Amino acid sequence: MIATFLSLAPASIGGALEFIFTPQDSSVTGGKQVGGFDEVLELTLSQLELTLLALGLSLLVALPLGLYLGHRGSGELFAVVIGNVGRAIPELALIAFMAAAIGVGVLNLTIALAVLGIPPILANAFVGIHQVDRATVDAARGMGMTEFEILRKVEIPLAIPTLFAGLRGATIAIVATATIAPLAGVESLGDFILGENVYGSNGVLAGAIVVALLALTLEFAFAGLQRLLTSPGLKPRTT
Amino acid sequence: MSSPVTPAAVGEVGEGFLKERSSDTLPCQATDALFCWDWAKENIDRYGTPTVQHLELVVISVALGFAVAFALALLAHRRRWLQPPLLAATGVLYTIPSIAFFFLLLPVTGRGRDTAIIALSAYTLQIIYRNTVIGLANVPGSVREAARGMGLTERQILWKVEVPLARPEIFAGLQIATVSTVAIATLAVFAGGGGLGTPIKAGIDFKTNIIIAGGIAILMAIAFGLALLAAQRFWTPWRRAETT
Amino acid sequence: MKTKTTRLWGAMLLALALTLGVAACGSDDDDGGTTTGSDGGGGAIVSNPDNGKVSLTIGSKNFPEQEILGEIYAQALAAAGYEVKSDLNLGSETVARKAVKTGEVSGYPEYASTALTSFFGKEPEEVPADAQGAYEEAKAEFEKEGLTAFAPTPFASANAVGTTTATAEKYDLETVSDLEGVSQDLTLYGSPECPQRIDCLAGLEELYGLKFKAFKSVDIGLRYTVLENGQADLSILFTTDPQLSAEKDKFVILEDDKEVFPAGNVIFVTTQKVSEKAGPDYEETILQVQEGLTLEVMQELDARVELERQTPKEAAAAYLKSAGYTG
Repeated sequence: MIATFLSLAPASIGGALEFIFTPQDSSVTGGKQVGGFDEVLELTLSQLELTLLALGLSLLVALPLGLYLGHRGSGELFAVVIGNVGRAIPELALIAFMAAAIGVGVLNLTIALAVLGIPPILANAFVGIHQVDRATVDAARGMGMTEFEILRKVEIPLAIPTLFAGLRGATIAIVATATIAPLAGVESLGDFILGENVYGSNGVLAGAIVVALLALTLEFAFAGLQRLLTSPGLKPRTT
Repeated sequence: MSSPVTPAAVGEVGEGFLKERSSDTLPCQATDALFCWDWAKENIDRYGTPTVQHLELVVISVALGFAVAFALALLAHRRRWLQPPLLAATGVLYTIPSIAFFFLLLPVTGRGRDTAIIALSAYTLQIIYRNTVIGLANVPGSVREAARGMGLTERQILWKVEVPLARPEIFAGLQIATVSTVAIATLAVFAGGGGLGTPIKAGIDFKTNIIIAGGIAILMAIAFGLALLAAQRFWTPWRRAETT
Repeated sequence: MKTKTTRLWGAMLLALALTLGVAACGSDDDDGGTTTGSDGGGGAIVSNPDNGKVSLTIGSKNFPEQEILGEIYAQALAAAGYEVKSDLNLGSETVARKAVKTGEVSGYPEYASTALTSFFGKEPEEVPADAQGAYEEAKAEFEKEGLTAFAPTPFASANAVGTTTATAEKYDLETVSDLEGVSQDLTLYGSPECPQRIDCLAGLEELYGLKFKAFKSVDIGLRYTVLENGQADLSILFTTDPQLSAEKDKFVILEDDKEVFPAGNVIFVTTQKVSEKAGPDYEETILQVQEGLTLEVMQELDARVELERQTPKEAAAAYLKSAGYTG
C-alpha cells in the first residue's frame, strides 16, 4: 500500500482544488483544457438535476401509496418486502441493464434511479404512518376528522422523522448511482471520477471531493427541511 | 544465455480457425436477446470467482464495520455527550457515495481490495451504531434497576442484561447493513477490488451476463437478509422480531 | 410460529445454496491469476528455465481487442518460462502508460498511432503511413522517457465513424466528409477521451470542420448498443470490430477521406529496465507470437470474444494453439 502511494503520480488535495477552480491541460497531449470551475459546475448541476428528477419521480410514485397503505394498515408485508428488496438491488447491474435494455439517456436513467428511490420512501412512509399511536388516531377520528384530515394533521406530522429518513435514504442511493451515470451516457461528476485518462488523478480526486460535498449538502438541506416541518410541539429526535 | 526460440512453421492459424459469420447465423449471445439459457448453462462457472470475491468483500466489510460500530456504541452508551458527534461522524461516512469514497482513499490506500473494504465498512457504521445505541437505550429503566438491585456490576449489567435485550435492534441494523453492502459491493470493481461488478462491467452490453451477475448479487443479499432474520429470531425467542 | 420459522429457514437455505452453488462451480483459474510457464512440449515456444526468475505483469487497455492481445502475450510469455501475471483492463491509454511507468505492469500493447497522437502530440498527417515508420518514430519518443517498444503486429486498427445502414442511406453518407451540412442534426457517441483526441472528436471538429448536435460519452462496450437502439446517430467504432463483417447489413463505417484517423499497428510498450532484466526471450517471444495476427485473425478473435462471448483468455489460448505456438 505504501509503495503504491509513493509511486503513483500523486493526486494531492492541492492539485484537486486547483483542478476545481482553474482549467488544466488534459492528460491527453494536445487535447483541450479540462477542469476549472465552469466544467465542475456544469457536471455538478447535471448530477443534481438527475438526482432531483429521480427523487421527484420516486416521491410521486411511492409517497401516496405508502401513506395510503400505512393509514389503512394493510399491505405491511408488501411494504416491508419492497423496502428490503430495494436495498438489495445492485446499482451497477441496474444501470447496466437499463442501458442495454431500454437505452441510455437522462429519461431512461431517471427511471432506473427511481427504482432505487421508491423502496425506501415507500417502506418508510408505510412504517411511519402505521406506527402512529392508534389511540391518537382514534381520538382524532372521535373528534370528527375525516380520514384525509387525520392523515394530514395527525399521522404525517408524527411520522415526519421516519418519512425523512426514507427520503434521505433514497437520496443517498440516487446520488451514489447518479455518480456512475456516465456509464449510461449521462454527464455527471462521475465523468471526472471515471475519466482519469482525460482528467488526470487530480481530476479524479476533485470529482470525488465534489460528489461528497454534493451529497452532504443535500443531506443538510433535507435535515433543515425536516426541522422546519417538524411541528414545534413534537420533541426533536436525536436523528 | 538462452536457447534461440526456433519457430517451426508457425504464424499461420490452422484451417477452419477463421469462421464466416452473418446476421442470421449469430448465436444467441451475439444478439439482443434478453436471456440466453444455453450460454448461461455453459458459462455459469465464469461467475464463480467473482462470487467468492463478492462474498469475501461483504463478510469482511460487515465484520469490520460491526466491530467498530459496536465498540463506538458501547462507548457512547453511558456517555451521552459522545452521541451527537459520533452520529454525525458515522452519518457523514454513510452519506458519501461509496464510489467517491473509493477515490478519496485512493491516494492513501491505493487500488485494490483494501480500499474497497474500508469504504464498504464505513458505509455500514451509521446504521449499526445507531441501532445499537437505540437498542441499548430502549432497555427499560426498571430492568436496569432490578439488575442493579441484584448486585450486578455495571459491566455485568451491560453484557448480561442490556446487550442481550438490545439484540433485536442490533440484528436489525446488521441485517440492513449486510443487505446494503451486498448491493454496493458491485461497485468495488472501480476500486480494483473485484466482486460481481467485474463481469458486469466487462459485459456491460450483454443482457444475459448482467442478469446472471446481478441476479447472484440479489440472491446473495436475500440469503444474508433471511439468514440474519432467522438468527435474530433464534436468539431472541422472547420477542417478536422487529423490522426497522 | 413454528411453520413460519421453518419456511424462513427453507427460503434462506435455498437462496444460500444457490449462491454457494455458483461460487462452488467457479473454475479456479479464470481470473488474472499467476500462470507459471509450462513445458514447451511440441509447440514452437520453448520454455527457458532461466526465465523463471523473472516476474512479469502484462497489462492492457479497457476493451476486448486489448484484453485478447494482453492474454496472448501473457500466455506466450508463460509458455516461455516466465512468471506471468496479468492485470488487464487498466483503463485508457494515459492510464496504461502511467501503469508501465510506475511499474504496476511490465508492459502493454499500444497502437503506434495512438501513442504518437495522444502521448506525443503529433497531428494525424504527421503519423507515418507505414507500420515500420510509425513504430520507429513512436519508439524514439518512448525511449526519451525510459520506455521502449517492440516491433509492430501485422494488423492495424483505427477509429472510425460508424452508423447504421439505415442512417447512411437516409443522409447518403459514404465518407466522413459527406457529413458536412448534416452533422449538426446528428448525435455522436464515443468514449470519454474522444473529445480530447485528434483521432476522434477533436479531429472531426478541427480537421473535418464538423459540428455535431451533441456528443455523448459512453462506455466502449456500448458503442454498438447505442446505434442499435436508435439513440446514437453516429458512433465511434474500430475498424477491426467483428460486428462490421458479421452484421454488415446493420452497421457501416464512413470512409476517412481526409485521413484523420490513422491506422495503428500494435507495438508492445515496456520499460527499458524490464526489457534488460527479462532477457532476449521477452522481446523475441512477443514478436514471434504476434506474427500470426493478421487482420482476419484479429477480427476472428474479436468476434469470438465480442460476439460469441468467449473470454479473452479462451480466445487467446485457441489462437496460440491453432498457430502452433503452444502445444
